[in-house]
Amino acid sequence: MADRYEDPQRVDLRVHVGDLILRNPVMPASGCFAIEYREALDLNRLGALVIKSVSPKSRAGNPTPRVAETHGGMLNSIGIPSKGLEYFRASVLPPYTAYDTPVVVSISADTAEEFAAACAEVSLPEVAAIEANISCPNLEADGMAFAMAPETTYRAISAIRRCTQHPVWAKLTPNAANVAAVAKAAEEAGADAVVMGNTVLGMAIDVRTRKPKLGNVMGGLSGPAIKPIALRMVHQCHRAVRIPVIGCGGIATAEDALEFMLAGASAVQVGTASFIDPGVMQKIIDGLQAYCEQEGIAHLRELTGAVQLDRQLTDRWLRFAQQSG
Amino acid sequence: MNAIVCEPAVATNAGCAARVASYHCEVMEHRWVNARYKYLRLHAQAPLARITRCGQFYQLRCPVSERQQPFLLRPMSVYGTGPEEGTIEFLYNVTGVGTRALAELPVGGTMEIVGPLGNTFGFDPAYQRILVVARGVGLATMAPLVREAGNNGVAVTALMSARSPADLMREEFLRGVEAQVHSVYDSDGSSAVERIEILLRELIETQALQAVYTCGSHRLLMLLQRVLADYPGIRGEVAMEQRMACGMGVCLSCVRLFDCGKEKGGKQDMQFLRVCREGPVFPISTVVGEVEFG
Repeated sequence: MADRYEDPQRVDLRVHVGDLILRNPVMPASGCFAIEYREALDLNRLGALVIKSVSPKSRAGNPTPRVAETHGGMLNSIGIPSKGLEYFRASVLPPYTAYDTPVVVSISADTAEEFAAACAEVSLPEVAAIEANISCPNLEADGMAFAMAPETTYRAISAIRRCTQHPVWAKLTPNAANVAAVAKAAEEAGADAVVMGNTVLGMAIDVRTRKPKLGNVMGGLSGPAIKPIALRMVHQCHRAVRIPVIGCGGIATAEDALEFMLAGASAVQVGTASFIDPGVMQKIIDGLQAYCEQEGIAHLRELTGAVQLDRQLTDRWLRFAQQSG
Repeated sequence: MNAIVCEPAVATNAGCAARVASYHCEVMEHRWVNARYKYLRLHAQAPLARITRCGQFYQLRCPVSERQQPFLLRPMSVYGTGPEEGTIEFLYNVTGVGTRALAELPVGGTMEIVGPLGNTFGFDPAYQRILVVARGVGLATMAPLVREAGNNGVAVTALMSARSPADLMREEFLRGVEAQVHSVYDSDGSSAVERIEILLRELIETQALQAVYTCGSHRLLMLLQRVLADYPGIRGEVAMEQRMACGMGVCLSCVRLFDCGKEKGGKQDMQFLRVCREGPVFPISTVVGEVEFG
């Protein structure tokens, strides 16, 4: 047995996300990754490359300051600046496709129809999957994000499904009241996977100037501060749907990634942690490798959903507790 | 001659083979230079002096203490490098959570820094004389430029603005380079914009300047933009600041609006550029200063 662990090639880090096979489960979270990271990382060693959301309409983005630090995390209100799809296809996408790593294009749009048309337009041979960022505001529903409710999620994802043969990942928001129901709606509408989750809506104020710390007043909280929330939601989604769940929210170490896999994630996205260390994704991959070697795990994907739950625990506890006065 | 550069800073990346990395550094020296500023000298087992160019910055992972818990890295201009290959220096104003945490770092302690990041000052060793206009912590950003001018026999005129003589940090700025220094202060009113304008125009008229650089004051920047518009032959550059997260051009937090000149149709080409990536150094003429956000 011993030599098996000495040969790193023997550990299989590959994971499946629907029909896609990724060399390992680690990929960037949309918005926290751009081609500039090739200066700090070997992009051929990541599981997938997820590009920052592009919207069909040109947008300037939100006012500055767009970022504020919080305890154990950060708030951002970047606002998805975009130069449109034509510019995206001509200038943004090509450098990502030069790597031997699946490219995931993230789409943001204002209406279900706009979503569908944009997804059709990026259903290119060099694109491995489309992530529908339905966490962004839906202009048909008073700016409420599509993924806030099962009905709007279903509408957006089914409109997209009709327009593309590409794998579609639905990026859900932790701001929804019932993420399991939203995940189920995405599955029923034909999504190939759900990405759980995104930033948690938050706010911060400078008490000296009495101004909000973000130009946009409110913004998305990310980083270790939200990890337990995201982990819980991944687990809820895992229990609710049969399609793969991609975990996202505060992952900064291999241990974090393993936690998400045990909770039910097939793969993970790393966002804010890259801002603290642009090389962190490689360190997470190396950490997963080391964990598998130490624990004697031949196939990392076996960990998905492998959290050990004791379903009789509550019953036993209640019987035990009855002994008390 | 002052070609407007709004394209991504290709020169920085192509000309600099160094990749961005996180460097583990040891604190060699860390002391107050006056009531508000601290000097920090770090050493890494890497040729930081060789890979770091004039005007670039690093992102510092400030230590977390009981009182200060910075989460994001802090972008900081390089104050100096060398003489040892692994030596890098910073000069900073102790002002917020990050810098207060940094100020507690003991000599012999360690810290991670990520870089080098950003573009560089446009400097030509064939210049005869440059003018540097500094205020506050801006002098730390321009100190490597002063040194480079000194090393290349380029004469330096320095216009230094400060609250009072105690805040000037003249020696910290020049670090032994000979320069013609004009100091102005808030305390005696000599730093008023209208008075500086007279001085600036006089310097430009009487000295054969090839380039003007500034950092640290939006007011001085706007004044320079106005004055230099009358002297299109002089290169004018500013090192800008903005709230950042990633420092590498990824997150789009640190954008500012720039006027990149006329498009083919005659329309002004206004673009949001990333201070961390297309900058921090920009042509003074491109800065849009009417509205200040954060």
